[in-house]
Amino acid sequence: MSETLITVEDVSKKFCRNLKRSLWYGMKDLGSEIIGRSGHNDGKLRKYEFYAVQDVSFQVRRGEFLGLIGRNGAGKTTLLRMLNGLIKPDKGRIEMQGRVGALIALGAGFNPILTGRENIYVNAAVLGLSKKEVDNKFDEIIEFAELGEFIDAPVQSYSSGMAVRLGFAVTTAMEPDILLLDEVLAVGDEGFQKKCFNRMGELIKRGVAILFVSHNMHAIASFSSKVVVMADGRHREYNDVSAGIKEYRRRFANNGNREVERFCSGNDFITFHDIEIRTKALRPGDSFEANLLYDAKIDYLDAEVDLVIRTSHEVSYHFQATNKAYKKVIDLKKERKSLYIRIKDIRVNNATGDIHIAVWSHHREELLFWCRMPLEFYGVDHATGNTFLNVSFEVR
Amino acid sequence: MDCECNETSWRKDLLKNCIRNSNKIVYTPKSSIRHPVRMLYDMSKDLFAGRELAWRLAVRDISAQYRQTALGLLWAFILPIANTIIWIFLSSYGIVNLRDTDLPYPIYVFSGTMIWAIFMDAVNAPLQQTMASKQMLAKINFPREALVLSGIYQTLFNGTIKVVLLFMVLLLSALVPLKINQGWVFSPGWGLICFPFGILLLVLAGTAFGLLLTPVGILYTDIGKSLPLFMQFLMYLTPVVFPMVDIFKFNPVTPLILTTRDWLTGTTPEYLGYFMIVNSFVIVLLLAVWIIYRVAMPILIERMSA
Repeated sequence: MSETLITVEDVSKKFCRNLKRSLWYGMKDLGSEIIGRSGHNDGKLRKYEFYAVQDVSFQVRRGEFLGLIGRNGAGKTTLLRMLNGLIKPDKGRIEMQGRVGALIALGAGFNPILTGRENIYVNAAVLGLSKKEVDNKFDEIIEFAELGEFIDAPVQSYSSGMAVRLGFAVTTAMEPDILLLDEVLAVGDEGFQKKCFNRMGELIKRGVAILFVSHNMHAIASFSSKVVVMADGRHREYNDVSAGIKEYRRRFANNGNREVERFCSGNDFITFHDIEIRTKALRPGDSFEANLLYDAKIDYLDAEVDLVIRTSHEVSYHFQATNKAYKKVIDLKKERKSLYIRIKDIRVNNATGDIHIAVWSHHREELLFWCRMPLEFYGVDHATGNTFLNVSFEVR
Repeated sequence: MDCECNETSWRKDLLKNCIRNSNKIVYTPKSSIRHPVRMLYDMSKDLFAGRELAWRLAVRDISAQYRQTALGLLWAFILPIANTIIWIFLSSYGIVNLRDTDLPYPIYVFSGTMIWAIFMDAVNAPLQQTMASKQMLAKINFPREALVLSGIYQTLFNGTIKVVLLFMVLLLSALVPLKINQGWVFSPGWGLICFPFGILLLVLAGTAFGLLLTPVGILYTDIGKSLPLFMQFLMYLTPVVFPMVDIFKFNPVTPLILTTRDWLTGTTPEYLGYFMIVNSFVIVLLLAVWIIYRVAMPILIERMSA
């Protein structure tokens, strides 16, 4: 077993919702800190306080890549700031072994008026590199950041992506033992992201422990050796990365409107009085089946049925087609009948989403029926992508 | 050959491990004041580690400060000069009636305001530096001492410009015997060697006072807003523009300003003993507020970003 570089034991952190209170608590904490009384109120909550991080424990070893995922405000950045020693935990204990490189926010320490070159020295000094070390690494940093002639332009003329390049280049050049990365790649372009991942791969091989916060599940899935999912300050650790990502996606299940929504269920001549659905939860490869029961007083010939599926994936899986796409003529005859719809072999993996069904009269002259209902797409174990393909394996 | 290789790599590993063990950092809710020895060790380590950064920050700030101005270095002494002109005007037209000073009044008020301006810069620096670095403090872990040190560097840089100008004016007054000099001639003695020392101590005193206000000043902006008013008031209680009166003796800044000015103008310092006492107090205060600043930082950062 390689040595443990990050140890987090039962760490909690409180924040205050009210600014005036927060400042006053700050004064009180300041006082008790100076007279050496330990523990901020023994971790008990005061008025307006809440736990931003609560009883979090995990370890990261040399060469491990821990993906930290969770919704906005789940406490990820707060945890990272504690690991970097910017703020103190209210409870628990954190142990960091070795040189820590952190990108908690990029471009910090960059002075807009100074040039990129001047800022490299300033930023590197902030991160603990001596001038000699920077001189040795300078060409490497410039080459990695790919800023070209902009290196001698003031940083205020940089795009946010360019500032990120510079920040990442400087931080990784300092040869850290531990690397804390907080959503750093969100503003970089695709080429740069690829380069960053390559660099991270190299660092892992060299035995660096990386803690990576991201909303890009593709990146998390391809690099993590384990993931920690955070929600409301609490954590769950998964050694199986796909299980962790599944849990993260499940957290969004309650996002948005999970009710069946009906906008239109007919007019004077036709009424859709019910919709029967076999299942709202699908595994990849399952079929979606719906039965629309209607009661028509006149014929609606050559009607148009519109189907839309949307999912919660970051690159949303999106399907939209009408019966015209399948060259299928639908005649809704006068009488009490039903319209049966089946979507075969849906290959969405591990997401939540919804389906919209709309029924139009001929040439979309009138909307006869519209409804939206939530769908749940189960994930297949050991598969983290957002679609699922039927692959056969054979050992010959 | 192989064996040798292995041995060196083994040694390297051992060395690496040693370094790493000393690199272990532990964060707990406990106040670091409870381990004073460890804390003093950390403080000196961080001060040493931060000096390079302090220098860079100072260079950055100074070059940025003068890059976007039309008047450039003039800003270093524009305020004291304006102040001097006002007070010479006020006294020469008899708007305020001042008792005679040992030095010709223009020299008195000019040297006084220049030295006072250096002190004021030093007082303002810690809060200013910390506030300006809020973004950095909230996101990057670096020796916080660097901010204070950088403030001292900048004060000393701007102070040097002021001192150079002050010298030029004094020399000019010696070369061109003006009526306004009333027969006084600039003739510095051995005390001039002590003058930079006096300036340095003045800057340290200002830093200690400024640093004392910083933790609370970061939480509540009231401190920063009322500081100029307070400093204005304090200036009138110090022999800067007004001649020395007894009540000024209760002000601990008085001996600092007077002794420094005496060293510059070649007068024998009158309050040297008082000067020493104040300075030993300043050194103790500086250490105390440094400790407070250190322990306060994580708490302040937490509230800054909240």
